[in-house]
Amino acid sequence: MDWLNLIVIPVVRSLVLIFVLLTGFAYLTWYERKLLARFHVRYGPNRAGPKGLLQPVADAVKALFKEEIIPGHVDKVVYLLAPALALAPALLIWAVIPLGKDFPAVADVPIGFLWILAVAGIESYGVILAGWSSNNNYSLLGALRSSAQMISYELPLGLFLISILLLAGDFSLVNLAEAPRQWWEWIWLWIMFPLFFICVLAETNRSPFDLPETENELIAGFQTEYGGIKFALFFMAEYINMITTSAIMATLFFGGYALPFGIGSEILPWLGPFILFGKVVVLLFLFIWVRASIGRPRYDQLMHFSWKTLLPISLAYMVITALLTVFLKA
Amino acid sequence: MGLEEKLPEGILTTQLETLVNWSRENSTWPLLFGLACCAIEMIATGSARHDISRYGSELFRASPRQADLMIVSGRVSNKMAPVIKRLHDQMSEPKWVIAMGICASAGGPFNNYAIVQGVDKIIPVDVYVPGCPPRPESLLYALDRLRAKQGKETFRTYVDFKAPPLSKQPDEISSLESLRRPQLA
Repeated sequence: MDWLNLIVIPVVRSLVLIFVLLTGFAYLTWYERKLLARFHVRYGPNRAGPKGLLQPVADAVKALFKEEIIPGHVDKVVYLLAPALALAPALLIWAVIPLGKDFPAVADVPIGFLWILAVAGIESYGVILAGWSSNNNYSLLGALRSSAQMISYELPLGLFLISILLLAGDFSLVNLAEAPRQWWEWIWLWIMFPLFFICVLAETNRSPFDLPETENELIAGFQTEYGGIKFALFFMAEYINMITTSAIMATLFFGGYALPFGIGSEILPWLGPFILFGKVVVLLFLFIWVRASIGRPRYDQLMHFSWKTLLPISLAYMVITALLTVFLKA
Repeated sequence: MGLEEKLPEGILTTQLETLVNWSRENSTWPLLFGLACCAIEMIATGSARHDISRYGSELFRASPRQADLMIVSGRVSNKMAPVIKRLHDQMSEPKWVIAMGICASAGGPFNNYAIVQGVDKIIPVDVYVPGCPPRPESLLYALDRLRAKQGKETFRTYVDFKAPPLSKQPDEISSLESLRRPQLA
């Protein structure tokens, strides 16, 4: 039954995963709107269904039934390709994220870590091509900002990831989640977490680093010419990226699908996905909390912060981690 | 908008219409712009006390491609008229317009050479809101009226819809001078 293991089971699991992710995206928008409302002492959406729970359905159906406009001045093929290119990598990353002890990743490869970095590199193409093909000044400026921002913040992010790899000595995400760490390793990792989170905010174009789509300067940035369901695809890519990065952070910093001190790992192994889900929800709360609290920096401030602050810190962090690994672990 | 207009009316399309109308009622995203003092009241409508997000309308989109509703909040000057018209043209169907305040509805106190006497001279308006400026409650009530209107729409509305001839074509908008009301003697 080789074909069963090789084709049918991965396909079914991918489909289930994609379904869960797309539903997760829909309800993440609800979660964000409701949370933002609570932060502003408002009610938030409450007309569509109980507690506004059908709000994502209304948004999706409306977007599907909007008129499809393809402006005359765009590069048609690239214009239509860009939203798909933005969404696909966001879903692809999930191939390697372990969901639980009994639910390994769809592709449980030993180099899961490199896969994440590689696919994250492709992600910016969707945005850049959208900006370029729209043939619109605002779109192009938004895309340029986005690419510059992603390159600038990928450096410290990569250096922080290298530090985590140095500590763990392994590329596999399962081992990263399960490897027993000493107490000083946890503390050393958590010291880095806020900085890592800042890099992730910039990578996912989330507020306060949503400079590619600042309304007051660039209308809607790279997605200015996109409406209806094409715009919804960009929206989807951004929010699924949030979920993905939250899952990666949960795996790297908070033990992924395992409870602390190994509680219940033997008794309830099927609990893994739910624990991961819980951690992801908490981290998503963090994303939205930051959005509700902090205003945008200027673009030059953003760049300066990356190159003059984060990069030196991450380099120093990497060197210290290497020394710690050599002297304390070996 | 597309294929659904070609369908004959029947149970299937009626059910679909109900769903689509419901979704449009609950997800009307306004275009992010303000023209005058009414805009301040529009902003207040989005703020915590009045909370337009209860209707799912707090996503003010800056790009007309993503917006469903145009709230003309304030007087439209002759200089602004071509911009408004163009933004309205760039919005994708289905789209709605609320003329907020007496200036946008009929020119208000400004019966002079500079102000378009009602935005319905250049774009079709769905709901007029009286007031100078209207309170946020008025705008919310207008949104409620708009939702009632959206709920009654059918796919065939757009097929059979013949827009009333505009008094001026958008290309001739430089000659908007002629739109103003005759001066009182």
